[in-house]
Parts: sequence; C-alpha cells; structure tokens
Amino acid sequence: MKLKFLGVEESNIIYVGAEAVLVRTKWFGLEAVEKIRVPKPYRDPALDVQIRQQRTIHEAKMLFQQRKNGIPCPVVYEVNLSKLSIVMEYIEGELLKKALPKLAPSSLSRVMEAIGSYCGQLHEKGFVHGDLTTSNVILTPSKDVVFLDFGLMEYSPSLEGFGVDVHLFLRSLESMHSSKKDLCFKYFLEGYAKVRGPQKAEEVLRRVEEIRRRGRYVRKRT
Amino acid sequence: MFVLGIESTAHTFGVGIVSLDGEILANEKSVYVPEKGGIHPREAAQHHSSVAASIIKKALEKAEVDFSEISAISVALGPGLGPCLRTGATVARFLSLYYDIPLVPVNHCIAHVEIGRKVNDLEDPLVVYVSGGSTMVLTFVDGKYRVLGETLDIALGNMQDTFALRLGRKVGLKVDVHPVEALAAKATRYISLPYVVKGQDLSFSGLLTAAEKLLEKGYPAEDVCYSLLETAFSMLCEVTERALAHTKKEELLLTGGVARSPKLQKMLKLVAETHGAKFAVVPPEYATDNGAMIAWTGFLAYKHGVSIRVEESFINPKWRPDEVEIPWR
Repeated sequence: MKLKFLGVEESNIIYVGAEAVLVRTKWFGLEAVEKIRVPKPYRDPALDVQIRQQRTIHEAKMLFQQRKNGIPCPVVYEVNLSKLSIVMEYIEGELLKKALPKLAPSSLSRVMEAIGSYCGQLHEKGFVHGDLTTSNVILTPSKDVVFLDFGLMEYSPSLEGFGVDVHLFLRSLESMHSSKKDLCFKYFLEGYAKVRGPQKAEEVLRRVEEIRRRGRYVRKRT
Repeated sequence: MFVLGIESTAHTFGVGIVSLDGEILANEKSVYVPEKGGIHPREAAQHHSSVAASIIKKALEKAEVDFSEISAISVALGPGLGPCLRTGATVARFLSLYYDIPLVPVNHCIAHVEIGRKVNDLEDPLVVYVSGGSTMVLTFVDGKYRVLGETLDIALGNMQDTFALRLGRKVGLKVDVHPVEALAAKATRYISLPYVVKGQDLSFSGLLTAAEKLLEKGYPAEDVCYSLLETAFSMLCEVTERALAHTKKEELLLTGGVARSPKLQKMLKLVAETHGAKFAVVPPEYATDNGAMIAWTGFLAYKHGVSIRVEESFINPKWRPDEVEIPWR
C-alpha cells in the first residue's frame, strides 16, 4: 500500500490493514499508537469521509464504553477528526496469535479462561466484538489479555450475534493453532460459562454448532 | 468429440460448443426481453422453449459440428428461476437420452467463474461475481469455491434494474452502459445513502428504498443514480478489499452481468492496484449469461468424470456454488 501521503516515518508503522494503518507515536510523553483510517481512492470523497468519520467515532466510543464495562482494552487518548484517527494507549506485549504456541500449559488455561470470561462479560452487556480472533488479542508480559480492534463492535443482544462471535474465535483457533484448538476452546468455554452461567453458555454453544452447519462455513459436511 | 452446453437459468437461452481440447467454437443465444417490468418466469420459460431448437441448430452450424460428434451435454441445473431451469433441463435430458450421451450438471455461478478464469488465463483469482441474481466474493480453497462475502437480500444487478424500471427505463436491452449508470455520469453531487456492510456481507434492499425515497422528494435522477451506484459499488469494493488483504491473492477477477459496468471496473481496478494484484474482467460476450460458459465448465467436469443420471438430474433453483466439488482444480 502506498502510504507516503500519511507523512509518517515508515519505520513507525506497526501494521497495515485493509481499512487502517497503525503507527507508533508519543502523546504528551506517553507511549501511544495512532490508528489512522486511510482514504480510499475508489470511492467518492464525500462518501469516503462519511464512512471513515462514522467508524472512527464509533470505535472510540466503544473503546471508552467497554473500559467502563471492565473489558481490558487500550485507553483512548485522543480522537482526531481532521485526520480521522484515534490515538490510544500503547500496549506492551505480543499478539496472541504469535504468543499462543509458546505458552506453558498452566498459562494457556489461565489466558483462554480470561478471554472466555471477558467475552462472556461483553455478551452479558449485550455487545458483540464482531471480529474476535487471536489476532485481535494482545498478551502482555505479565500474561494478561487486552482486547483490540473494536471497529466492528456493536450492541446486538441476540443469540445469533453471540454465536457468531464465539464461532469466529473458534475458527481462528482452528486455522492458526489446530493442534491446541480443543484444549483452548475448552478453557474458553469454562471462562465464558463462569460469567454467563452454564445454561446461557450451552445455548450459545448450540448456536455455534448450528452456524457451523450452515453451508458456507462447512469444510466437510459431517 | 465436443461438449454442448445449455444455459437457461433466467432471461437467456444460450448454447455453447467446446471442443475436447477446450476451444470455444460456438456461443449462440436468444434473450427474453419483457414487454414491461422485470422477468416473468413463465413467459421467459415459454420464450426458451420456443427458441431452443433453432439456437441449438445455429450453434451446431456455427461450430460446423454434427450432433453425432457431440460427446456430452452439459446443462445449468441452478441457481435460477424454476420454470426457466426446467426448460433447459428438459431439452438437455432429451438430447442425452436420444443420442445416448452423458449428461453433465453445471452450477451457473461456477460457470461464470470458470469462463472468467479461462478467457483471462488466471491461475487462482479472488472472484467478484455480480449479476442480476447474485452478488458474491469467492475464492478456491480445499476442493471448493468458498463464499467470502455475499448479499443478504437482493443482488446488485437486481437493484440497478429495479431502479431503472422505477425511472421508466427499459432493462435487459443490449446496451453498452446500464441506464442507471448512464444517468449517473451526468450527476453533480453525492447524496448520502445507507451504507450497509455487515462483516463481509452486503445488503442492498434498504439502499434501494432510500434511493426511491430521494426521487419522491424531488432530487434530480442523475444525482440519485450516481449516489446509489457509488454507495453500492463502494460497499462491494470494501468487502473485496478486505478479502484481498486477508487471502493475499495475486489476481482479482470481475465476472457476471454487472462486470460490464465501466464504473465498477474502474473502482475494483483501484482496489486491486492498492494490493498489488492483477485485475481482470470477463469480456462482454461472456459477462452476461451464455451457453459457452456452461459448455466450458461442463467440459472441465466431463473430463474429470462428472455426470448425472437423467432420473437424478433435478433442477435446484437455490444451488450454492460452495456446495459443488471441483475435481478439476
């Protein structure tokens, strides 16, 4: 992707996604990350600004709200509406996707249970993450989890939404960490059930199974 | 030794002939254009049955092939309109029984993808398939084409046609640019409309209603057409871009009837360029429904031992491309 127009040092770019670029920065002396939603050349500038504006504001709101709900996620330092970016706390650590294969069994159970219980906590409040994968969780040096990327988060208190969230997480386990997926998912569900109770957890699990049976997600019909 | 393919899923009755070394020798068709409004399934089916014999004859003449030289009949058994599918299937079953040659089932969506891959000489593209009946982003993984994103309600082409009819334009005619896109070219500004992307899926019905409301309020048709297309195409570009970033494919193929849109071509080309992918579009004669794509896909399937007994050759109006095993890839 051509990013010269952003006017940032190439070496400070942490990640380039389809929608946004993450840049390492400082904010009044604090270590920070700036998530910049980049303009898309293919769409009308009026529409482009409208979409980026809505999503930037929405994500900032969600980050703020979920911190209040007790979900570990970066603190929002600043929302820049001219640049359409969010400056947020820099989280020390490693993406779970990379850290997971190296985890000792005891940490693995604790980490997966924590993800499950925070996910349950989010769902109890009626929110869904929308893109819950091992690429959107950071594991800090003290082995605490921090959730990232709230761009697709929405208030959607429905079994379907919860099911899709859990299904997405399970799929990311399958595609990246297939040897440990069963164990990981077991711990995840234990954490989830602790927060939401065994009955609701069972309902969500049944919905996940139903979602997996729908043609488009099935690899082999079983 | 040739494969003859029959397409009759919607407005087009088409016959294609492919030689066993994969060359397209004929691509004949007759398109049902409704007097007014959209496709009436029964009338379209009547059109197909009245032209079937003459189109098959024309295709054989064009290819300079005698029916005794045909090795297999392929037919699109879905997805599509029931009465139309039944007409093509009946013709194909009869030919298969009468000449005692294998009947090969073809999924219409897969045929759109395979013809695009063939004529553009593509290895493993991410596919954007847009037509009057479908809007999908697909790619090949582990023996099947997987749907990475699709419409939750109406198709993009359906939305455009419905809006054209609403403006009193005729649709289904042989024109280079869709009437809505022609009007959009004269627009002066973008008017905000609902932009609905849900994860990787799209929804166009609310957008259509909102655009119709703008017309009622007296906004100029040109501006509304532009805003409608700009919004719908941007939605499609967004999910395509995400799929491209995720799958890291090096080719992007645009196929299906709406692939003829110059505006959509231009936008998707930019998406492809941003991610360093090669962009390819299916040429007009293979963009809209045609028999050649059914013959070509039938040829691929036949070569890999796919056929169906006449007794089991049911049509399937809702046949999804991700249900089809692809032994040739």
